[in-house]
Amino acid sequence: MDAILTLDSVTKSFGGLRVTSGVSFSIDRGSISAIIGPNGAGKTSLFNEITGYLKPDSGRIIFQGAEITNLSTREIVARGMGRAFQVTSFFPEETVLDNVRVACLSRMDLTRKSIKSVSRFTKATDRAVSILESLGLDKYAKRPAFELAHGDQKLLDIGIALGIEPKMLLLDEPTAGMSPEERLLTRNLIQKLWKEFNLTLLFIEHDMDTVFGIAQTVRVLQTGRLLAEGTPEEIRNNPEVVTAYLGEEVF
Amino acid sequence: MKTPEAIKEFGFWSLFFLIFGLAPILDNSEYHLMLATHILIWGMFAVAFNMLFGVTGMLSFGQALYYGVGAYSVGLLVRGFGDTWFLPSIIVGLLVAVAVSVLLGLLVIRVSGVYFTVLTLAFGQLAWQVTLKWYHFTGGDDGIQSIIPPGLLGNNRVYYWFTLALVALSILALKRLVNSPLGLTLRCIRQNPERVRFLGRRVRRNELRVYVVSSFFAALAGCLMAGADNSIHPDMFYWTTSGEVILMAVIGGIGQFFGPFIGAAVIIIIQDYVGARTEYWSLIIGLIMMTMVLLFPQGLVGEIRSLRTRLVSGERNRS
Ligand SMILES: Nc1ncnc2c1ncn2[C@@H]1O[C@H](COP(=O)(O)OP(=O)(O)OP(=O)(O)O)[C@@H](O)[C@H]1O
Ligand SMILES: [Mg+2]
Repeated sequence: MDAILTLDSVTKSFGGLRVTSGVSFSIDRGSISAIIGPNGAGKTSLFNEITGYLKPDSGRIIFQGAEITNLSTREIVARGMGRAFQVTSFFPEETVLDNVRVACLSRMDLTRKSIKSVSRFTKATDRAVSILESLGLDKYAKRPAFELAHGDQKLLDIGIALGIEPKMLLLDEPTAGMSPEERLLTRNLIQKLWKEFNLTLLFIEHDMDTVFGIAQTVRVLQTGRLLAEGTPEEIRNNPEVVTAYLGEEVF
Repeated sequence: MKTPEAIKEFGFWSLFFLIFGLAPILDNSEYHLMLATHILIWGMFAVAFNMLFGVTGMLSFGQALYYGVGAYSVGLLVRGFGDTWFLPSIIVGLLVAVAVSVLLGLLVIRVSGVYFTVLTLAFGQLAWQVTLKWYHFTGGDDGIQSIIPPGLLGNNRVYYWFTLALVALSILALKRLVNSPLGLTLRCIRQNPERVRFLGRRVRRNELRVYVVSSFFAALAGCLMAGADNSIHPDMFYWTTSGEVILMAVIGGIGQFFGPFIGAAVIIIIQDYVGARTEYWSLIIGLIMMTMVLLFPQGLVGEIRSLRTRLVSGERNRS
């Protein structure tokens, strides 16, 4: 299988703190996989490096066959990398529809247009509506985004990322702060989106039911190092991982 | 389908043309005509300023620079080459403003927040100093007098209609901009610039765009004012001019497209009313402004809107 994303000895420090320490792995095109690890392990930092928000001190990141290590976020996004955030990120005062529509307009390179009303851009609008339908948010389309419940805001964040039609989508703790029922729905939704949008999906998650329920590959990060990588079965039975992170109670 | 936004827009334009179209017909006073001209020009200036502040979140304290550039382009060209240069000088003023705002813009947008505000203020004050000191060219403290528009435009009434047409067109263009994809992008930049980068858009580039657009209309306001007052003075560049346009936007409501226009009208009318009655007018105006900001933190238009929302939801709760 061909790799869509490859990290080669990526390293990054904040002062004396190593947040990423020689991390190397490859992600297959079309796969769905997870990154787990304790708080402060450097998971979000790794996403920041992949998306050009942080520059690694050394190492290489290759996306779709080209090196992106030193590209800006804008350029990496243009190459098909999408991201939703741990701290939910959206445009609170805009309508739910416009939150996604602005992403669709960006994708179509229409954000310079300054005369016609946004609603006249029917292709972008239709696309935004269909994304909202996939997320079950279409009934809130006209509401300002700040009025949404937390769980729906997390979904909207994903919807914005989908608007740029990414080849690969990074989700940072998509079920954080959700109730057990919402978690289950979101887990199924993520799996559905993965297929529907033909994505390569990489997600960070603390909820082990979600991780072991939908990931084909699980990677464990601890103090910036890649501790283990394998199928859910292998990770569950890896003694090092169990002592370092999972503990007894998970099983 | 009529959205509340569309109804509000229709309401504004109906009132706008009713008041500004009928005023000079019903009221013969030259003085009131002058007042109405000022409201139109400042109203447009404030709406254009709010593209930066209310829409994109960039608090420029230096839009006086472009207002001054417009005014002095008209003043200097008309003084140097005669009144036939009046209309061409407006075009020159706008071009100069675009050139200056692109160059300065590339500098000032590199910083955000209060640094942006201070930097714009500094450049505005620099322009004021230069205008004041460069006596031979600018007339220094004296400014330039007798800028009379040529031909029919020399008639105050005709000049009023001319101003009304340009201001209406400008506000219409800005209104379209706010509703357009660019407008949406600018509002998104105010609310979450980081996320805009993750849409693959350049935040700074879009900030530069709106800086140039806003400065363009600030310059147009300056050009029109030179013809309306028949004179210009270096204080058009002074920070109080920038401050006044901020105040108008805040009083009217920066969250509403038409808010700043209403704010301009209210401030000009209060200044006129109070100024005619007491020599302590600036003190009184200061107190009135302070009270208004404290009582109506969302601005007049914003407060009226939320009052209506409260009334409507009150009805709904009762029924
Ligand atoms: N910009 C920064 N400057 C300095 N230190 C940082 C910065 N960003 C993150 N850190 C530190 O780097 C470490 C890794 O943080 P990171 O957010 O990547 O962890 P994480 O694995 O995502 O944790 P969590 O599960 O809590 O989200 C933490 O100790 C954090 O305090
Ligand atoms: Mg994190």
